[in-house]
Amino acid sequence: MNAITHHLPDEILAAYAGGSLDYAFELVVAAHVSLCDECRAALTAHEAAGGAVLEEVGATAVSPELRSRLFAELAGPEPEAAVPTWRRRGPYPAPVVEALEGAEPRWRSLGNGARQCMLEESARGSVRLLYIPPGQAMPEHGHRGLELTLVLQGAYRDASGRFGPGDVAVEDDDEGHQPIAEPGEVCICLAAADAPLHFRGIVPRLAQRFFRI
Amino acid sequence: MGSDAGQDERAGEAQPRALCEQTKQMLAVRDGRDRAAFGALFDHYAPRLKAMAIRGGATPALAEDIVQDVMLTIWRKAAQYDPARAPVSAWIFRIARNRQIDIARRSRRPEPEALDNAPEPASGDAGAGDILGLEQEAEALGRALLALTPEQRAVIERAYLGDLTHSEIHAETGLPLGTIKSRIRLGLDRLRHELKDLRS
Repeated sequence: MNAITHHLPDEILAAYAGGSLDYAFELVVAAHVSLCDECRAALTAHEAAGGAVLEEVGATAVSPELRSRLFAELAGPEPEAAVPTWRRRGPYPAPVVEALEGAEPRWRSLGNGARQCMLEESARGSVRLLYIPPGQAMPEHGHRGLELTLVLQGAYRDASGRFGPGDVAVEDDDEGHQPIAEPGEVCICLAAADAPLHFRGIVPRLAQRFFRI
Repeated sequence: MGSDAGQDERAGEAQPRALCEQTKQMLAVRDGRDRAAFGALFDHYAPRLKAMAIRGGATPALAEDIVQDVMLTIWRKAAQYDPARAPVSAWIFRIARNRQIDIARRSRRPEPEALDNAPEPASGDAGAGDILGLEQEAEALGRALLALTPEQRAVIERAYLGDLTHSEIHAETGLPLGTIKSRIRLGLDRLRHELKDLRS
């Protein structure tokens, strides 16, 4: 894997540490940090700052029953781990495997060989896997809010540079941008947005109606 | 604060100072399943965790449920605590934030993959200096937080208690965040190198 050159900005890592990001962006942060030591260290720094805030934030007395309830639970048997531990599989870091519930992505066509697999969609945002054949353009789109795109396999280029495995692109404007997958491997990305993506052109718009993109 | 600065400069070498109480207690919980030490951690952190949960929007009753859940998670995940990688307050902050979100959403929050090597044993020579160094930086971080103006400190608190969006953090915390983070640069560099060694 090439060195990662596009990282998460501090405010996104701080927002993840503080807990104000929505699920879609949390998934991209968790996936990127799984691949990027630089951002793992930076996230730890934010958590250290969070720990300092925890130490200083003040204290609210807890009821005496809480202590006895807790120690009664310690005395009981420890439950078996209720949630499975997911592991990285192929290009997918563990948090993405978890979002897929361990299954292979169920791709749906976007036309021109491009595909997507919606992982989560709500009024607050969406997160999906995108599959772009080598040399193909991602359907052109603009957006109103924040968009994070993490490359998991292959690479693409757009006006702002080259993005390879582990690189994350941060778009926070309404510029239309047209990423094109590099020759070679299929480009697979994890993309999160807090507003619906607006694909330009008739075919993508039809696809948008049918496939809820 | 001249004497303080002198102490900081010597931090990487001899360690006349002992680990802080919470770190020792957490290691006793991890390595000895020590309930008295866990009780002491409870007395220190439970009221702080309750305050954090209430600031995060929980009612006092829900806040107590969250505190119970977080403390139980600390007990059960103690084997994953590595004092060379994160100060105990940072590790507990992370667990508290994750559990609070899990409970609010009734589903698991996406978390980064865990590093798969085992934590340093507390007695290992290699670990001891790193642990103290990281702790001293955490203390310096706490002092830096207290040294901010009340307004700057309020902004930092709101950021890490989940009250600010990423764009608000970008717009409002630049200066104090830089001050805070410069205090833990050494620890970060060390962590980065350790991660690099781990993968090579």
